[in-house]
Amino acid sequence: MFGYYIDLAWRSLRRNKVLTALMVIAIAVGIGASMTTLTVMHLLSGDPVPTRSGTLFYPQVDPDPSPTASHQPYDVMDYRSALDLWNAHRADRQAMVTSSQLRLTAPQVNLPPLMAQMLSTTSDFFPMFDVPFRYGGGWTAQDDENRARVAVISSDLNNKLFNGADSVGRTLRLKDADVRIIGVLAPWWPSPQFYDVAGGRFSNGDTAGFYSRPEDVFVPFQSSLEINAGGFQPFTCWSMPGDPVHLQNSPCVWVALWVQLDSAAKVGSYRRFVADYATQQKALGRFVHADNTQLRSLMGWLDFNQVVPSDVRLQTWLAFAFLLICLFNTVGLLLAKFLRRAGEIGVRRALGASRAAVFAQCLVEAGLIGLLGGAGGLLLTLFGLWLVRSQPIEYADLVHLDTTMFLATFALAIAASLLAGVLPALRASRMTPSLQLKTL
Amino acid sequence: MDILPILSTLRRHKLTSWLLILEIALTCAIVCNAVFLIGQRLQRMDMPSGVAEHELLQIQVADVMPPSNPYTRLAEDLAVLRQVPGVLSVASSNQVPFGSSSSNGNIMLDPTQRERTLNAGTYFGENLAQTLGTRLVSGRDLQPDDFVDVDTAMKALGTGDSKGLPHVTLITRTLAERLWPGQNPLGRIIYLAPEVGLRVVGVLDSLARANAYDAAKAQYTMVVPLRMGANKDQSYLIRTRPEDRASVMAAALAALKKADPQRVVTTQRSFDEVRRKFFQDDRAMAGMLVGVIAALLIVTALGIVGLASFWVAQRRRTIGVRRALGATRRNILNYFQTENFLLATIGIALGMVLAYGINLFLMLHYELPRLPAVYFPVGAIVLWLIGQVAVLGPALRAAAVPPVVATRSV
Repeated sequence: MFGYYIDLAWRSLRRNKVLTALMVIAIAVGIGASMTTLTVMHLLSGDPVPTRSGTLFYPQVDPDPSPTASHQPYDVMDYRSALDLWNAHRADRQAMVTSSQLRLTAPQVNLPPLMAQMLSTTSDFFPMFDVPFRYGGGWTAQDDENRARVAVISSDLNNKLFNGADSVGRTLRLKDADVRIIGVLAPWWPSPQFYDVAGGRFSNGDTAGFYSRPEDVFVPFQSSLEINAGGFQPFTCWSMPGDPVHLQNSPCVWVALWVQLDSAAKVGSYRRFVADYATQQKALGRFVHADNTQLRSLMGWLDFNQVVPSDVRLQTWLAFAFLLICLFNTVGLLLAKFLRRAGEIGVRRALGASRAAVFAQCLVEAGLIGLLGGAGGLLLTLFGLWLVRSQPIEYADLVHLDTTMFLATFALAIAASLLAGVLPALRASRMTPSLQLKTL
Repeated sequence: MDILPILSTLRRHKLTSWLLILEIALTCAIVCNAVFLIGQRLQRMDMPSGVAEHELLQIQVADVMPPSNPYTRLAEDLAVLRQVPGVLSVASSNQVPFGSSSSNGNIMLDPTQRERTLNAGTYFGENLAQTLGTRLVSGRDLQPDDFVDVDTAMKALGTGDSKGLPHVTLITRTLAERLWPGQNPLGRIIYLAPEVGLRVVGVLDSLARANAYDAAKAQYTMVVPLRMGANKDQSYLIRTRPEDRASVMAAALAALKKADPQRVVTTQRSFDEVRRKFFQDDRAMAGMLVGVIAALLIVTALGIVGLASFWVAQRRRTIGVRRALGATRRNILNYFQTENFLLATIGIALGMVLAYGINLFLMLHYELPRLPAVYFPVGAIVLWLIGQVAVLGPALRAAAVPPVVATRSV
């Protein structure tokens, strides 16, 4: 029966090619626009650590001693608070992070020095965020303590310096210090680059920078402070820093802390721990706003920073409004098409087809248009994504169509066309056969 | 033209008529708002920088070996650049307008104030106002003896010794007007910290900040007489004639490389590129909106063509009868044109309400201003025109129906 309906629908579509083409184009354009923006949204609002984002948390305290309370603690922490909380080792895993720029050269490699982004972090960073390694591995807690001169480098940097060869054991010169490479990452590009996200609420929706590539080189936190002294930029300062080279005791915030808490009970107790720490610091006279602490989940922190650029959100709204108009268009055209076939439908009804059969037949035709529109929409989506990729934006290279979105394109196209077909099909199936037969 | 018969016909095709009306309404609402958004973006891209944009070059270098004395190194670099043929003026700066990477300070009007009055972009570096080409509207420019080394100032801040701190500043006219509305700002003092009071000695016509995301605060800037060393994130700014920019840039880079072959050039661009990069998102968005508007109008026009064709085909016999009873081709043509005009008018009226609603939503979520009323008549005219153009083909086909159709198959 279904096959027969498809055959009927196909004949009907071929009978009026212009009208069919108009409908298919309308659906294809609508689908193309909405799937392009939806794919970008899907990539930008996705979970950067799908395996364990539910267990990652971001503590914040308020070290600002000015008497007026701010509504939110600073986006990152001062060195001392971060170090104290990290040293307590009260979470299942914990990593301090801060990013800085420095000059990088590789002895024995004939390349000019380059300015590289360095992530200063601690040993838990790699297992905690499921960072994939190509060669070697991360450093140990012992290395953190010993201020070992070791480094993990990104796959991009390894390709650039060593043509992708196993560079474990080779030496890099960071500023004026030599470090030994102990690990090379496999290609890794979390979207967004969540562990560096901060300050999103001050960026006026211009958050494309959160989707840039991870740093080129990862170095134990204390070692990096020695290596790149003076190269660290504070996120902000609550008063003028006296010593711009050593930020450790400055009135500035510049270090983020991430913790992994494997159960709800641990989250509760860590929340209390952070609050207790703030109270204790207040007693010591270092904090004024001890009650201003936060422990946000990873996804909560990303939401708070509104990581999806506002332009992308606006584009998605626009694309769906566009799809809606295309749908109205298709409803009108389908209605025109079905009502025009009143005579034919009258004959079928007179010969014994039930209303349900006519309705089903009309819907099959609408679905077929959706399928064709979906195919066209897929091509337009690929074209749209190519356009996005050619834009000079940080996330351009991330944009691609994955299987989910590929299937979603067809699902959306068929769902949209079926939705558009319901009303015309109902109208067609409600026609009185006698009236139509009389006019034949 | 009789409207009543058209209305009674439309009443028989309620569903299709309403679909067309809704499509036009939605298109009208979205086109009005999209055009408005484009206008907003274009206006943003026109944001004044206050500097001689077509005459400026920016170079940033990072030294491989830290210079033994960063201040002499910076002075040497500036001297080297000044020697380059075609260079009119050279400055060092901690930031450039629209450069994204910014340095800002909290301004207070009273050293005992708890909350800052506002946050302003703080420029420092030598010879800045002159090289940038920003005009001094009153007071004087910074003099060499106003300048203090950054590190000295930092140390002075630590020890509380006011001698090592800068004492004067230049501010923009907008900032002066915001701080002391209607008053003479010269001689007044602003505080960056309770210990750091700066006397306003000059007022600049205009100077945008590096992070000019908010147009209202884009001109909140000041120039502080701090001398930077070559070990900071400093930029060298070169003023030259517009036509010499490419050659001066090449020569300047060569000269800097010659002074220290080991150094890395991290930034080299003209100010035109700075502006282009800062506003690239706005340009991309405006381009996308233009594409959406075009696609929307085409889809709507195609929808009108499709439905009108259907109506013409459906009413072929009626048209034949009317023609047989004496209606001219022009009458038939006018009939379909008027019908479309009526539908478009209802759609536009609905669309206006919807456009206003969408604008309210955007105002809530995207901090946009209210949609100016001028967009409504423009949107209406565009949609009327599109409707008339789209219906012309089917209407002409209707007008071509011969009267003899009336006699067939009745």
